[in-house]
This record gives sequence, C-alpha cells and structure tokens, in this order.
Amino acid sequence: MALDDIYKETILDHYKNPRNKRGLPGATVSKTKLNPLCGDEVTVSATLDGGKVLEVTFQGTGCSISQSSASMMTESVGGRTVDDALSLASDVRGMLAGEVEPDEDSFGDLVALKGVVKYPIRIKCAVLAWDVLQEAVSEDATADGAAAH
Amino acid sequence: MSVTEQGATAIDVERIRADFPILERRPYGKRIVYLDSANTSQKPRQVIETVADYYAHHNANLYRAVYELAEEATAMFESAREKLAGFVGAPDPSTIVFTRGTTESLNLIANGWGRKFLREGDEILLTDMEHHSNIVPWQFVANATGAVLRYVPLTDDGTLELNDLEDLLTERTKVLAITGQSNVLGTLPPLKELTAAAHAVGAIVVVDGAQLVPHNAVDVQDLAIDALTISGHKMLGPTASGGLYGTAELLDRMDPFLGGGEMIVEVHHDHSTFKAAPHKFEAGTMNIAQEVGLGAAIDYLQAIGMEAVRAHEKELTSYAIERLQEAGATVHGPKDVDARGGAVSFWFRDIHPHDLAQVLDQEGVCVRASHHCAQILMRHLGVPATTRASFYVYNTPDDVDALVRALGVAETVFK
Repeated sequence: MALDDIYKETILDHYKNPRNKRGLPGATVSKTKLNPLCGDEVTVSATLDGGKVLEVTFQGTGCSISQSSASMMTESVGGRTVDDALSLASDVRGMLAGEVEPDEDSFGDLVALKGVVKYPIRIKCAVLAWDVLQEAVSEDATADGAAAH
Repeated sequence: MSVTEQGATAIDVERIRADFPILERRPYGKRIVYLDSANTSQKPRQVIETVADYYAHHNANLYRAVYELAEEATAMFESAREKLAGFVGAPDPSTIVFTRGTTESLNLIANGWGRKFLREGDEILLTDMEHHSNIVPWQFVANATGAVLRYVPLTDDGTLELNDLEDLLTERTKVLAITGQSNVLGTLPPLKELTAAAHAVGAIVVVDGAQLVPHNAVDVQDLAIDALTISGHKMLGPTASGGLYGTAELLDRMDPFLGGGEMIVEVHHDHSTFKAAPHKFEAGTMNIAQEVGLGAAIDYLQAIGMEAVRAHEKELTSYAIERLQEAGATVHGPKDVDARGGAVSFWFRDIHPHDLAQVLDQEGVCVRASHHCAQILMRHLGVPATTRASFYVYNTPDDVDALVRALGVAETVFK
C-alpha cells in the first residue's frame, strides 16, 4: 500500500479547489448528514425539475476524502436525470465496496476514489456525499408522489 | 534540557521495550511508533504468558467446584483482587469489584447507586471534559429518576473553570462524577480539593480512573474519594480486565446491577438474597484469565514504580509539546506538565485528523484521530476531532521525533 493509492492528485485537487461548494438559493431539495466518528459534515442542495438534476451544490467540512468525494459528486451528477444520478450513486457505492469495476467514461474523476477500497475505515467518508444526495433526491420523489395523489 | 539524559536515570526504556513483542512489528517496513496507549496499551510478555499459563495449567470456574484446579483458579483470581486493591491503596480486597473496565464500572455505580438513591430534582455534577462513558450512564439514570445533569465548564486552556463552583456544587448535588485525567487533554483536575468540596455538601465522588490509574500513583484513601473506576487494558493488562473500587459503606448500600449465578445466597420463587460485596456485583462467570493477567500487569508496573512511570511520561510530554509547537501544531490543553498527563491532542496546519493519521500510519506512527468519545469537549475546542499522541512506559524521545518527521510528510502531501 502506498499513500498515492488514496491521496491521488485528483482527490487532492478537488479537496483544495472544491467545485460547486456554495449554497443554492431556490434549491428544491437540501439535506445534511454527519459522519459522527470524525465529524465530517456534508450538505447537498439541488434544483430538480421534471426528473432532472438541473443544478447541485454542496457545503461542509471534513477530511479530504469526504470533501473531494462531495465535490466530484456535484460535477458528475449535475445535468443527469434523477434515475441516472441514483444509479451512479449505487455504482460508486459498489466501487467502494470492491464489487463494481468503474467504467471510466461514466465515472470520470470518480475513478480516483477507487483507492479508498483498501482503507475500510475511510469508505464511509467517501460515501457520505452520495448518501446525502440519495436522501435529498428521494425526499423530493416522496413529495412528488404525495402531490400527485 | 535533554529528555534523554533525564529519562535514562528514571527507567530503562530499552529493557522495557524488549518485553513487548508487538514492538518488533515493522508496519510498511518501518519501526513501529505506538502512540495510542490512551486508547489501549500494549502488553508485555509477562502478561501474555500469565494468561497463556492460566489457560494451559489452571483453568476452571471459580468458587463452585471442589477440586484442585478450581481452588487454584479461585486463588489466582482472588490474588489479582488483592494486587489491584494494593495498587490503588484500597483498604481491603473486598472493596474491589471486578468488571470488564471503566465503562462497566460507571454503569454499575450509576445503576446500583444512582437508581436507588437519586430523586427528582437531585443533581448529578459532571464536567465538560468527560468521556461519553461518564456521561451516558448518568443520562440514563437522570431520565429514570428525574435527577438533573449539570456540568463544570472549562477554561480556554482546558482546565476546569472552578470560579463558579459554589453555584454548581450545592446541597442538591448528590454525586460528583469526574475524570481523574482527561483522555483528550491530559488535564489532571484537583481531585482532593474537589472531593473535599463535594463532601462538604454531602455528595459522593466517583472518579473515572481510565486514564489516571495507568499513569499515576493513586491512593484512594489519601484522595478520600468514594469510588474509582479502573481499566485493565489501558495499564498493560488484557482487554475486559478492570474493576471498581468503592468504599465498604458505598458498596454495601448499593443494589446489585447484574443478576445471576454466584452473586446470590438464596433464590426463591419471588425473591432472592445476595452475597456481600464484592460478590453481589459479580454475576456469572467472570473474566478470570483477564483479571489474573491484570495481576501480572500490576506486578510489572510496580516493579518499575508508578512515580517513575509518571516522571518518564512527564518528560516525554514536555518534549512532545515543545517539538509539536515548533513544527507548527496547536497543542490543546494545559502546557504545564505538572497539571497534565501524557495524552497530547493537537491540530496541525488544518489537515483533517483523519487525513493526518492516515499519512502517519504509512510512516509507522500509530495515533488516534477522532472525537475520542468526548463530543462535548470537541465542541468546546471548536474542532470536529483531534489527533492525539499518548505515551507509556515503552515510548522514547525517538518516538516523538518520528511523529514530528511524519508530520512533515503529511505537510508535503497536503501542501
């Protein structure tokens, strides 16, 4: 094992220069989660319309893995359909569990997170933003469902 | 001031290190630098061999069997109780209840004493630097009895803010439950002074000795405290070894906590009668091998001498604070080593503790990065977590140097 397995340049770049790290006025969904073990905190806000993620941002504090994962998440999910975003979230979780071999075209920068597999205690840091995304988006689906009835 | 020169006169660290097989491991091909003894200590050969010898030659259950093996096992277990009593200055072995450590001991006293004697409006006084195990059991009891939890706040340098103690410690206070040494900051509260103040209002004093007992000479009678919790695995002993000291009067008044075999005198359809302390608190088969191993750990520590242990750690702590500050780290807690023990929490160049610990690990340096089961204290410090280096008898100034070198590596990765 070597340090650059986990601290890849891509990860450090997203950590030091996070993308879409801001509040999102007019967001239709927003959710915050905490990783109590290390105090990582991620808030994901998104504007959803017609089953599409129009815009997604994050705010938070924590280690390089949790924050870079959140930054990469906003870049890779923005513009996708909600179903697509959820399916990517599931693939990222699969990759971090060592069960899914990432498809480089679809994953882009997210491939950099693959090295985290070797460090079980850090997996929950990498998953945090994706959990928040999933909860935020599902909340909207519930609201839509309620409105439709 | 050279740490090495002073340390060499007190204890022979190289000889001690040779007793710890785990220190021969080479993580990532590097010399292991174990700086997490506040979490759990490593075990010397003498303890490991005692446990193995117990299982190989003496294993049987306690008290209940009339054969030689069982008598040997019982004698070894009771001999460990005598050693532990002697180690903390307890007046009699019957004032030591064996438990699986401080968490169980605190739950035992919160339940056995708290549920029986606390009433609505009574107050439980804790501090803002308690470990969760000295908070959560009292919250359970407060919820069950209507008692109220209050907390002594901290100063900016991580000592207790005692200016308003009179407002917090009143005739409503029934128990002061306080750490003997902070697991995060190393802070040593003024136990004697606080005990006198608590007794003056009629409160009992429970000391969480998880960090105090392994690193300091402790005399419960001199401190005049009512109860002390002891963690065996943090003082060179096996996991799940440890105990609770309580004054004979306190243990006598307390209700049993766990019910079961060996703690009873008679069992009827609708009620039972119980043995005297300590046995009324020791239900079921105990951690016999572990407590026997703890006895060996106590022998080991006493051969070094607890004054020498404390002196050694003071020197290492002083050296560590100096080197960490030079390296640009912010050290939490008191800087005066007379007022603190050898758990040194720090924040380094805005590198998250988890990232820092990960890089240190690759350099062979084992530290803890977390909230250390002290979230109330983390909020006071205004940090999500800290990185903590903690010392014991087998650590050397070289370990501190290795830590500081590894911080340099982390700085390069996250620059």
